[in-house]
Amino acid sequence: MDFRVDEAQRELAGGIRSMLEGRLPLERIRSSEGAPRTVGADDWAALGETGVFALTLPEPAGTGLGLADAAVVFEELGRSLVPGPLVGTFLAAARDLVPGAAAGRAMVGVCAGRGGPPWMLEHLSSLDAALCPGDLPSGGPTLLSAVRDAPTAQRVAEPLDPLTPLWQLTRLPAAQPLEDPEWRLFSDGAVLTAALQVGHAARTLELAVAYAKERHQFSKPIGSFQAVKHLCADMLVRAEVARAAVHAAACLADAPDVLAAEATTAGSTPAAFLRRSAAGAKLLADEAAIANARAAIQVHGGMGYTWEVPLHLHLKRSHVLATSFGAKGELAALLGSLPAGARAEP
Amino acid sequence: MDLRFTAAEQAFREELRAWLATTVPAVGPPPAHDDWPARRAYDLAWQRRLFDAGYAGVDWPVEGGGRGSSPVEQLVFKEECERAGAPYVGVNFVGLLHAGPTIIAEGSPSQRERYLPPILRGEEVWCQGFSEPDAGSDLASLRTRAVRDGDDYVVNGSKIWTSHAEVADFCELLVRTGGEGNRGISWLIVPMSSPGIEIRPLRTIEGTTEFAQLFLNDVRVPVANRVGEENDGWRVTMVTLSFERGTAFVGELLEAVRLLGELQAFGTRLDLFTGHPALLERIGHLRAAFDALWALTKRNVSEATQTGVPGIGGSVFKLAFSEHAQALGNLAMEMLAQASLCADPLHGPHGPLGNAEQVHNWYKSINLTIAAGTSQVQRNIVAERILGLPRAR
Ligand SMILES: Cc1cc2nc3c(=O)[nH]c(=O)nc-3n(C[C@H](O)[C@H](O)[C@H](O)COP(=O)(O)OP(=O)(O)OC[C@H]3O[C@@H](n4cnc5c(N)ncnc54)[C@H](O)[C@@H]3O)c2cc1C
Repeated sequence: MDFRVDEAQRELAGGIRSMLEGRLPLERIRSSEGAPRTVGADDWAALGETGVFALTLPEPAGTGLGLADAAVVFEELGRSLVPGPLVGTFLAAARDLVPGAAAGRAMVGVCAGRGGPPWMLEHLSSLDAALCPGDLPSGGPTLLSAVRDAPTAQRVAEPLDPLTPLWQLTRLPAAQPLEDPEWRLFSDGAVLTAALQVGHAARTLELAVAYAKERHQFSKPIGSFQAVKHLCADMLVRAEVARAAVHAAACLADAPDVLAAEATTAGSTPAAFLRRSAAGAKLLADEAAIANARAAIQVHGGMGYTWEVPLHLHLKRSHVLATSFGAKGELAALLGSLPAGARAEP
Repeated sequence: MDLRFTAAEQAFREELRAWLATTVPAVGPPPAHDDWPARRAYDLAWQRRLFDAGYAGVDWPVEGGGRGSSPVEQLVFKEECERAGAPYVGVNFVGLLHAGPTIIAEGSPSQRERYLPPILRGEEVWCQGFSEPDAGSDLASLRTRAVRDGDDYVVNGSKIWTSHAEVADFCELLVRTGGEGNRGISWLIVPMSSPGIEIRPLRTIEGTTEFAQLFLNDVRVPVANRVGEENDGWRVTMVTLSFERGTAFVGELLEAVRLLGELQAFGTRLDLFTGHPALLERIGHLRAAFDALWALTKRNVSEATQTGVPGIGGSVFKLAFSEHAQALGNLAMEMLAQASLCADPLHGPHGPLGNAEQVHNWYKSINLTIAAGTSQVQRNIVAERILGLPRAR
């Protein structure tokens, strides 16, 4: 067993990071704050060309990698605040549900599918379709193909995240059911969303530590005060624990034999065990992202409460991500209702 | 990134599992919590069985008489032992995990020959005399003094929180042989039967005498019992602190997972979750946390297997685990309600309530943020050594 992030994965992450620094630096991303479309078609296509949506597709269409590799890439996307329906487009591409998704020529959103009306849909005017991962009142997962033309859609004026434009719908457009007996749409989507959240958690930690070293009060760097140090240490703990959970769930998704063995030990089925791992990873990653953004704001003092410093963008995006593929209470209740799985009999 | 065990690791697991399946049922129930002589005998007997079967010191290097297994195999060993319900390392903890490994790394050939085999065979118990009444978190300020007199040191001072001192044969003792700070410390092997050692048992929160205060009055310790050079004891100590290479709390983690499952089953039997979704959510949250810590453990042992050191994971694990273990203890106390008010095993209409074990676990969880480096000190370490924030002072 070697559960470390390997050389190839580090290179993959490095490649994505430099691509993003060149093509989608923060100033460029921030220039579309509040716009109805926050990621241009050309930028989306550039992400597609880099292979972001096609990582797990077999060659030549994709790169034939696993969900663990995708998790490493999605952590980078989260870290860099890349807007757009990243997870929905990836899931649709991996299942060949929407033409052009793999190449970044289509955008596929995610519709939480409950809680409405009104239903809230992100990036609606740019979408070619939306996925409902399986908790619609009507039953299993579905694909909403004609979502952009939904007659009742109304754009909201004050979306929480200025980089995630939002529409409200009083009626959902016609849905086409999807085959997904093993809840993979949910599991994979939860893992990738969690990977984005780990990216946010890691980035706000970086920003907090950098600020704590440079900002002086009482003639000392504020990072020398223990109260500040401990905020930062707790941020690292949350990020590392969540990252391990995300990577473990992704590795299980990639290795059916390992998953089957773990599931048997836990007295579970592979599909249920994967869902459990994905739900747990999502729960912890949501918490880490939100708590780290809050802690980073605290470390920045008044500066942290400004629009200028990007911490609020991480905080708001983390809240957006926390609402798809299971909100906190749902995930915790799912995990709490699993069979107890006490000591396995030898 | 791969969670797949190698063929060799898998073979080790299967062989061990088969042995445990026949051996563990023959081991009797553990003695009472506060019967230390019986606990010593029980833990040593288990160590002897491990020795006879070739499983003593799985993680010790071959030169030290161990099996020389990788940290991954060590993880498999702990996982299988917990699954099979095998006895915990108990009073053998310091011998197997601190003193033994220190002597392997820093001891002389004759020290290795004298002290290592009895630890592996389950014949001698060790305790750790590091903390003092005035030196806890700031261990390097310790004041127990050792003065050379011919071929002996004459030791005076006091140690505190010494676990299992009452039943120990030897103590790994840190003493001051030089000036102030961490450069004036030496590491000594002290027989607990030496004249001048007084052991005063201390009662823990649990009501048992798990640890003691030691008073050392003109205790003569042969210079030959020093491990490493004089005044080099701090470095000698640091060698062992990194020994467990990422698996330090695996037994506790697996035990917590089992207790969580039992608590959930208890709640279901008594229908505590209906109308109280928050309780169920807390169970679910802890399951996510323990699963994640298991994943983090796999990451740490992978790091240790490949590089020899567990990387940054040790402090991160300890901080997170102790917090979640305390949350488990608190949840158990809440759910058990009045059954949490005693550690006597209670029975309800559906059978045993399992309260005794949960209450004991709650007690123990309280010390997780104190023993082996408090959480505050761990946070300092994470902030200063991992994140590079400026040191205080
Ligand atoms: C169950 C148990 C078993 C033990 N077994 C052994 C044993 O076998 N052998 C042995 O040698 N020791 C043993 N110990 C001792 C243990 O290592 C110490 O208790 C621990 O290192 C803390 O030291 P202290 O108790 O003196 O607390 P202190 O160091 O006095 O700490 C008191 C409080 O101050 C805080 N504090 C101290 N310094 C700082 C700082 N720099 N920054 C922020 N906060 C700080 C601490 O976090 C704590 O909250 C055991 C302890 C327990 C609870």
